Amino acid sequence: MSIKVRYFASLKDSVGRGEDELHVSDPLAVHAVWQRLNPDFAMPDAVLAAVNMDYVALDALVTDGDVLAFFPPVTGG
Amino acid sequence: MSIKLCEQAFDPWREIASYQAGLASLAGKYGATGVFVGSMRDFNRGDGVKSMFLEHYPGMTEKQLQHIVEQAQAQWPILESLVMHRVGWVKPDDALVVVAVWSAQRGDAFDASRFIMENLKSRAPFWKKEVLASGAERWVEKNTDGYQRQPG
Repeated sequence: MSIKVRYFASLKDSVGRGEDELHVSDPLAVHAVWQRLNPDFAMPDAVLAAVNMDYVALDALVTDGDVLAFFPPVTGG
Repeated sequence: MSIKLCEQAFDPWREIASYQAGLASLAGKYGATGVFVGSMRDFNRGDGVKSMFLEHYPGMTEKQLQHIVEQAQAQWPILESLVMHRVGWVKPDDALVVVAVWSAQRGDAFDASRFIMENLKSRAPFWKKEVLASGAERWVEKNTDGYQRQPG
């Protein structure tokens, strides 16, 4: 099972990567995915998360084939 | 409903007029068009800004904008709507965003266009990186609340 993880904007700069791939055996909460991929970098407070392009809470579960995105507060318009 | 992301500079007024010209079947049905145009300033937080990069999340941006317009349609009797947003490199005075709503009555056009714009600001995944007059670059950290008066 694998989850694709994407980072955007300033978060991509601070993580130092645009994408990750995580192999998991069971569904995992969004915050647990972050922790596993970034063990030395605590998730900033204001981070937003989306699964398959819909906003989710940080305790939502992600599973095989999902695309999880992390990004800072949006600043369009 | 039309939602467009534009990599090239556009004339917002020409785009709105051209979109409305295509609404022949609604001629005589709408009595109100609510329009918002947002343009790039050459200053922000006390600094001169000479250009800006608008990053977005392709796919999610369109999906969220569509969701916002559908929420507006559920709340107000909208006849048509147009949402446009620039992506990529932009410069001061460029139009960044257009929201136009056509409805029978003015209150619905005002309220629905405001709703779409405020939700775009807080929910659509776009991010601005400014290039200051000094050459330094910085990400805009967050959008302000459009219902609060802003200093300067």
